[in-house]
Amino acid sequence: MTRTGRTISEKILSTKCGQPAFAGDIVVCNVDMVIGTDASAPMAIDYFEQMGGTSVFDPSKILFALDHYSPPETNSTRALHERVRAFGERYGIEVLNVGDGISHQVVVERGRVRPGDLVVGADSHTVTCGALNLFATGIGSSDLAAAMMTGQIWLKVPETLRVTLTGWRPRGLSAKDVALALVGEVGAEGASYQAIEFEGPALAQFSLEERLVFTNLAVEMGAKTAMVPIDSVTEEYLKGRASPGWEPVESDSDVEYAREVTLTLGELSPRVAMPHSPDKVLLIEEAVGQPIQMVFIGTCTGGRVSDIHTALAVLSRWGGRVARGVQLVVTPASADVRARLEADGSLAKLTAMGAVITTPGCGACCGTSGVIPGDGMNVISTANRNFKARMGNATASIYLASPAACAAAAATGKITDPR
Amino acid sequence: MTIDGRARKFGDHVNTDYIISSTRKRDTLDVSVLKQYLFESTHPAFAASVRPGDLIVAGRNFGCGSAMEIATTVILGAGIPAVLAESFSRTFFRNAINNGLIPIECDTKGIAEGQALSIEFIATGASVKNVTTGRTVAGAPLPGIMLSILSAGGLVPYIRANGGFQT
Repeated sequence: MTRTGRTISEKILSTKCGQPAFAGDIVVCNVDMVIGTDASAPMAIDYFEQMGGTSVFDPSKILFALDHYSPPETNSTRALHERVRAFGERYGIEVLNVGDGISHQVVVERGRVRPGDLVVGADSHTVTCGALNLFATGIGSSDLAAAMMTGQIWLKVPETLRVTLTGWRPRGLSAKDVALALVGEVGAEGASYQAIEFEGPALAQFSLEERLVFTNLAVEMGAKTAMVPIDSVTEEYLKGRASPGWEPVESDSDVEYAREVTLTLGELSPRVAMPHSPDKVLLIEEAVGQPIQMVFIGTCTGGRVSDIHTALAVLSRWGGRVARGVQLVVTPASADVRARLEADGSLAKLTAMGAVITTPGCGACCGTSGVIPGDGMNVISTANRNFKARMGNATASIYLASPAACAAAAATGKITDPR
Repeated sequence: MTIDGRARKFGDHVNTDYIISSTRKRDTLDVSVLKQYLFESTHPAFAASVRPGDLIVAGRNFGCGSAMEIATTVILGAGIPAVLAESFSRTFFRNAINNGLIPIECDTKGIAEGQALSIEFIATGASVKNVTTGRTVAGAPLPGIMLSILSAGGLVPYIRANGGFQT
């Protein structure tokens, strides 16, 4: 079979490895951005030293974020931060501070990653960056160490699953509902080792912040990366953030995809992922009434300005108070998100309604900082994972839903259709 | 090379948080400490019963979820040299290779908890013999770069030896 048409992944990886690359090829690529966090960089620093590393390939292309232990609550997590800071200082690498936000959120909002880039991050949700039309993938600490030292990574060029969005978005359908519906359909390993390209005429109905939800949840289907083509929404977002000189990357029209899925927006409605797997997705109607004791609005899936605005609007509409016996925790995804929500009064309103606002970062998502659910509690969260013990208590049950559905649950004390 | 060991059976979609909870790695990265919490959320009795040389045998999508590399080093720290699964999450697979933990993609349906396995490594992959039942299955072959990294003992010794990636 002769292949001519190339996917976005094949085009980006061809450029980065310097030769034509097609799905299935193994290539060694030059990276444009390398990201480490307080959860992955300390081990990578050990490995970097064991590899004999004495310099990094380009400190301006490396970034560390102190986002998982934000703020550090123990002596040992404080020591991990100091180790990352010391390494950053020694090699001239920028270290984002506690409270600056989640690594992949910050690189997107500060224009540190641009269309066409190859981004590797030692955090599985690095894939989120692909909403800016680039190839971003999650790696571990060994790969992080080698990438810092050599500026390179080996990758198998992935096949591509194309997701086409069509139709008109019904009122009350969030990006999270669309993404959960997709995870439910494709399954927890349905896109394993694949890239997901989100395309289609209905994409224009989703803001850049909403597209980040699509790419974020790709890893919950096992995908290696996920990306969105450039349009006026992307261009508008990049203005004033990313330096010019980037080129859009599109799939060729004669590409053969490994699989195609079409989502018709008019046929979709709010969803909930049931404990303990993100692909156990039901219509919200099937979960309505389940008592809830903790609500978490935050993370790299659901902690952006529009998410928190939506949550505030729903809470206001449903009585303007957090229900008795419910703890609502709101964690902005970044310092920029927090500043904007402070400036427009949203955080003050949420606090007055009974919410607890915590330091920007990963927050309660993976039990590494902030509020941990109590024994036997039911939690509804805007996050991306609901594995048993994910939030730090193995007896808690975690439901995943949109910011609107989470806010409705905060107002009523039970899972509620927010429409 | 041959590895003999006892099968420790797990199901599908074992995520890295189930292997070692994110909350545990806050306190230490020392695997000799962390190994006592191996699979604590889903198999609380496992850590006390694991013996050096045991082999993890799982279903589909082993190691999904977080890319945290400590999930592979804690398994190694418990003395487990290889993981057999029907399929792996890509980040776990990479991290395993990079630390010298042998990931073997093979048909695991015929293997039960406690059965004796004998794994023989040939040029491109592994041959897994279930000594208890006498049945043998083949492991999926590994691409060249993965074999090079694994046979070097992981990415640290590979990079130290080569100074970078060999293209």
